Parts: sequence; structure tokens; C-alpha cells
Amino acid sequence: MKFLSLVFSNLKRKKLRTVLTVLSIFVAFVLFGTLCIIKEAFTGGISMAGADRLMVMHKMSIIQSLPISYTDRIANLPGVAAITHLSWFGGYYKDPKNFLASFPVNPDTYFAMFPEFTVPPEQMAAWKAKRNGVIVGKGLFDRYAKSDGWKIGSVIPVNSPIWRREGDNETWEFEIVGVYDVTKKGADNTQFLFHYDYFDEGRTLSKGEIGWFSVRVKDPDRAPDIAAAIDKEFANSAYETKAQTEAAAMQGFASQVGDIGTILTAVLSAVFFTILLVAGNTMGQAVRERTEEIGVLKAMGFTNGLVLFLVLAESTVIALIGGLLGLTVAKLIALAGSPVPEMLPIFNFSDRDLITGLILVIVLGIIAGIIPALQAMRLQIAVALRR
Amino acid sequence: MNYLSQIFSIALFNLRTIPQRTGSSITAAIGIAGVVAVLVGVLSIAEGFKKAMTSAGSPDVAIVLRKGSTDEMSSGISREQTRIIADAPGIARNAAGPITSAELFVIISLPKISTGTDANVPMRGVEPGAFDVRGTIKLLQGRRIEPGKNEIMVGAGAASSFAGLELGKTLEIGQNKWEVVGIFSANGGLAESEIWTDAGVLQPAYKRGTTFQSVYARLASPGAFQQFSDAVTKDPQLEVKTERLSDFYASQSDMLSNFITTIGTFIAGMMALGALFGALNTMYGAISTRTREIATLRALGFGSGPVVISVLVESLALALIGGTLGAALAYIAFNGMQTSTMNWQTFSQVTFAFAVTPALLLQAIIWASILGLLGGLFPAIRAARLPIASALRET
Repeated sequence: MKFLSLVFSNLKRKKLRTVLTVLSIFVAFVLFGTLCIIKEAFTGGISMAGADRLMVMHKMSIIQSLPISYTDRIANLPGVAAITHLSWFGGYYKDPKNFLASFPVNPDTYFAMFPEFTVPPEQMAAWKAKRNGVIVGKGLFDRYAKSDGWKIGSVIPVNSPIWRREGDNETWEFEIVGVYDVTKKGADNTQFLFHYDYFDEGRTLSKGEIGWFSVRVKDPDRAPDIAAAIDKEFANSAYETKAQTEAAAMQGFASQVGDIGTILTAVLSAVFFTILLVAGNTMGQAVRERTEEIGVLKAMGFTNGLVLFLVLAESTVIALIGGLLGLTVAKLIALAGSPVPEMLPIFNFSDRDLITGLILVIVLGIIAGIIPALQAMRLQIAVALRR
Repeated sequence: MNYLSQIFSIALFNLRTIPQRTGSSITAAIGIAGVVAVLVGVLSIAEGFKKAMTSAGSPDVAIVLRKGSTDEMSSGISREQTRIIADAPGIARNAAGPITSAELFVIISLPKISTGTDANVPMRGVEPGAFDVRGTIKLLQGRRIEPGKNEIMVGAGAASSFAGLELGKTLEIGQNKWEVVGIFSANGGLAESEIWTDAGVLQPAYKRGTTFQSVYARLASPGAFQQFSDAVTKDPQLEVKTERLSDFYASQSDMLSNFITTIGTFIAGMMALGALFGALNTMYGAISTRTREIATLRALGFGSGPVVISVLVESLALALIGGTLGAALAYIAFNGMQTSTMNWQTFSQVTFAFAVTPALLLQAIIWASILGLLGGLFPAIRAARLPIASALRET
């Protein structure tokens, strides 16, 4: 530690160069953070998936519905612990741009299936009692509380381009009775949940059908077997099913959006390669300029190892200043929230990515400094002083 | 020596000495090449997607949907209504009658070749009129589907992105079997992502009774849209809305192409900032190692203007080399690359090719030049301002 002041005075020697290098590393890590956030936004569902949950949908595609009478047949299969169902409502508030992740659900079983969502007990009781009651996610609620004055007791008109009501009415009305919060960071807090019964009685088509089932299995290790058993139960019926783990379903959804992972990795690699070159080159220049001084240091008795350490410390300090600043700004971007909540509700810079970022900062510092550091270490005193 | 020849000789001298600073010069050029490649690469996704959406819709084709629905998936139109629509004024006619096609749009699950995971592939039930309505359908292999038969023809994009769609193969969807009888192109348009079959065969397979979701109609002329639109939207038996196909697809593509453009510009902007710092560093470095040379030149009577300009020339040259390299790289790597993504309105797959257009390449070169000029400007001014006497003393 006693050589730290030496490292810092070296950094101060060409202030402009140090500042520019720090800034370019800063930019690299803001980018790194942003890409992590975007990747998480696209694939967030996968890491949030419950290991003991299956999704059961129509074999042809998710837009086909299943009869609600399947509920008991699935519940009675061995290894099944619980079951609930969801349907795609596709509603929007006032304008198609204000898309809502809206689902008619069974109020008795829905929240038991998804313990990552929590509702205050009195609100839960109010919801179960109110036929047209709706529980909304905190993220969604806060957004419209600000812009449209949503509060508990507000009646919200929702249009669904898919589901028309009897009497040719396109608008459904829901009363907000509760707000759910999430216990897992990054879980979806923008859902709009209401009674299936209210929905099923009101709609004109497909009565008695639901979108897909969510099934809890007793033993997560046996999930694939149970999925196969469910599919076998309904094979060759009018409504064949496809059961898969929640993670597999989310993975499938994410990979449909595109080869995001590949594209992001490619972009990231390009960025890092570039920044590495810039930082490494700057370090090299800084050491070359100081050949004589390093010679003097060595003549004074600084060991080769110490010289190596000093140069590496210098590049690591530069990387740390820029990298930490960059990661902080990325975290702030995540906290500011998603700019497209309708499309990507989850906006989170996860701790795992933050740690990866920190490791990358240190690796970048060491790799950028290693060549000039080795050069400095191998420099012979006589050669250095002769220059 | 006059001003111009001063600039010329110093600039030439600078450029000739670049090889002595290979390392840092290459760094600056590669930094800029990276920025340009990323910018062009990401924006070519948005371009390709837009191209697929816009070349699908021509202004003389109208689409009719149920009032209130925002896409085909959520729409519904009865057989009787489709007949009334077909008889509306403003529709082009041929020997077979009005050129319209009542269609059914569903999605099926097929494994994506690139990832092996299931994807929602759009499947469209059409009437024979569909080919005349679109006007851009060209068979690449095989033949057209025949009405009433369990046959499908597959868009070229879908055929190359999803498994099991080769000519002659049989596809099982639910309890039905369909034979692939043709592969078609649609001028790069959206239909290339789709699988087509006869609407009458698709209805029972998806339990749709005799209903359809949309009616496509070729207009007698682009100007006939108003007449057609007034007739169908005012008819109390219909309760429908109509749009030009070009407007319809443009609004469908808005969300995704805006998103890609925003993200792409942000990433490229940040990278440009990073590269700018890199370029500044390189040029400051180049100046500081040559402090004495520059001072000597100034002492010999060269003006400070030519010194500034010569440094800018060097930096611009490096940026242009980098920019060209990056643009070429992006073109080789990305142009025509086939990919698919989700159309958020219908949750179905759209296949399209990355499009590196000449306009994008030009944009890239312009960006590179701006980076080069900015990166060289401050170091150049600094070089010109150095007091000669102290600069000569510097080591």
C-alpha cells in the first residue's frame, strides 16, 4: 500500500491522457450494464421461472384454448400438487398503445400458484368478494396513479380487441380493489388480474375455455415425467396439450424474439476488444515514456516483481475508476425504469451481472497492463539508463 | 512557400510518418471501425425489418378487419359479411369476379432451425384470389395449393427458418396432415414468413366454423380507396374498419423498428463516444511525441494554420480507413443474413434479412469522418499553440 502514492502520482503526470482513458472505460461499462439490462428484460422470465411449475397449453399453439374441464383431470394425475389457469385477454386502457398484461384468473388458486406475488390479506378478501374487482401490479398501478389518478376504488374501462361482451359492447369495466407487490426482484409487477367467472359470463365466444394451465408438481426432478403424463392423458383428444416446465416455456418465448443473446455477445465483444486496445495502447505509451525512470527505480533497488506490480496497479486503478463509474451509471439507468413498459416490463441490473461487471473491470485492468508491465519488468538497468 | 503548399508538405510528412506510430494509429482506426460496424450492423436489422413490412403492403390493396380489432389475430368476419365486402364499389375485377380474398390467420408451433426451440409460425388460410390481390407471389419450387385439399405452400423465409418445411414433406398440425406442395417468394415481403393453405380447409382444423378474420381486396386504383372505405364502413350489416395494406403494415412495424433503432443508436452513440476518447488519445499522443518536430517546423517558418490542418488531415485519414473497414466488415458480415423475430402485435414470427443499404454505408462514412475531425481538432489546436521556444526544449 505504501506505493499507492507512487501509482497516483504517475497517473497525474499526463492528466489529460488519464482522464481520456478513464472516460473510454467508463463508456464501455455503461454499455456493458445497459446490454445486461436489455438482455435481462428479454429473458428475465427464465430466471424468474419456478422450478416446480409447468405450463400446459394447446398443442397447436398458445392462441388455441383448452376446456376448463381439464382442471380436475390434471389435478388428479399423480405428482400434481396444485393447478390454476390463465387466459390471454389482450386488453388495453383507452388507447391500443396502453397495452395491459391482463389475465382472467381463478381468484382462489392464482396467488397460491405464484407466491412471488404478494397481496395484503384485506385486499385479497375484497378481491374475492368483488365480481368485477381487479388486482394490479405495483409497477402498473404506480404508472397510472401518476398519470391518470388510479387509486383503490377507481373503475377502469378496458378494451379487448379479442373478447367482446354480450350486447356488442367492447368495453369491460373493472374496479381496482388491490395492488400486488413482488418478493423477487425483477419479477413482473405489471399484471392486471381479474375474475375468470366475470369474464366467462360476459364474453360471447369460447365459453368454458381457458388459455393455459399452470401446474405445480410435488417433486421438481420429476417435472418432465409429469409433463409427459399430462400430454399422454389428452393424446388423440379434440384438445391435445403441450406441457413443459415454466423455464422451457419462457426460454422458448425469449428465443422467439430473436437471437438476442448472440447479437448482444457479439456487440459486447466488439466493444471490449476496442476498449482493450485503447487502454492497452495508452498504458504501453505511458511505460515507454518512462523507460529512464524505471531504470532509476530499479537501480535504487526496486525488484522486478515490484515494478511489475506498480505498472499493473496503475492500469487496474484506471480501469477501476472508469469501470465503477460506468457500472454505477448503468445501475441508475435500471432504477430509472423501462422506457417501453408495455413491451419490456422488467428492467433490472441484477447483482449477478454487477459482479460479472466488477470481475471484468479487474480483468480489463490486468490484461491492459500486462504487456507494458512485463516490458518494464524485463528492462535492464543499463539499457534503460543509456537512453 | 504559400499556404496551400505548406499544408500539403506538412500533411504529407505526417502521413508518411504514420508507420512509425503503427500501434496507436491502428488502435484509433480499429476503434472507429468497431463503431461503424456496430452502428451499421444494428441499424441494418431495423432496415431489414422495415423492408419486410413495407414491401408487403401496396397502397392499392385494402385490408378489412372487424371494427375495434388492432390486428388480424383478434378480428372476425362472417362468410356473409365477406360476400358483402366483395361486392363493394372500388374493387378491381377480373374474369372470375372481384379480386378479393377472405383469409384466416392462425399460428402453429414449429421448431426453429437455429435454436431447436418451438416458435409461433403464422399460417394463413387464403382464397384463390389471394394471388391476384398480392400480385407479388412467385413460385420458387413446386406448384400452388389447390382449393379444398390439405396442401400448404411455404414462404421462402419460413422454409429456411423452421424445420420440416421441405417440398414434399408432410406436416402434422393437431390431428390434420398437410403436404408441402410449393415454396414461394413475395418480393421480400411479410408473406415470405407465412405458410399458406386453403381457408376452407383451415377453418375446421381450427374450429372456426365458417368465419374468417380479414378480407384483402385489390382496389381498381389507389385512388379508389376512399370510395371502397366509405361503402364498407358505413354499411350497418358489416361493422368493420378498413385500411390500406401499406398503412396497416407500417403501423404494425412501428413498435419493433422504433425499438431497434433507439437501442441501436444508443449503443452506437456510446461506442462513438468511447472511440472519440480513443482517437483523442491517439492524436494527443501523436502530437506529444512530435512536439519538437512541430516546433522545428514552426521555427522554419511554417504557419500554425497549416499545422492544425495537417493534424486534422492525419486524423481524418485514420478515421476514413477505419470507417471504410468497419462498413465493409458490416456489409460482409450482415447483409442478407436471414433472421426472424416476433411481431409483437400477433405474437407470430416474422422472417427477414438484414439490409445494409447504401444509405446506411454513407451514414457510416459520415459518422467516421465526424469522429476523425473531432478527435483531431483539439490536439491540432494544442499543437499550433505550443510556444516554439519551450517546445524545442522539451524531450
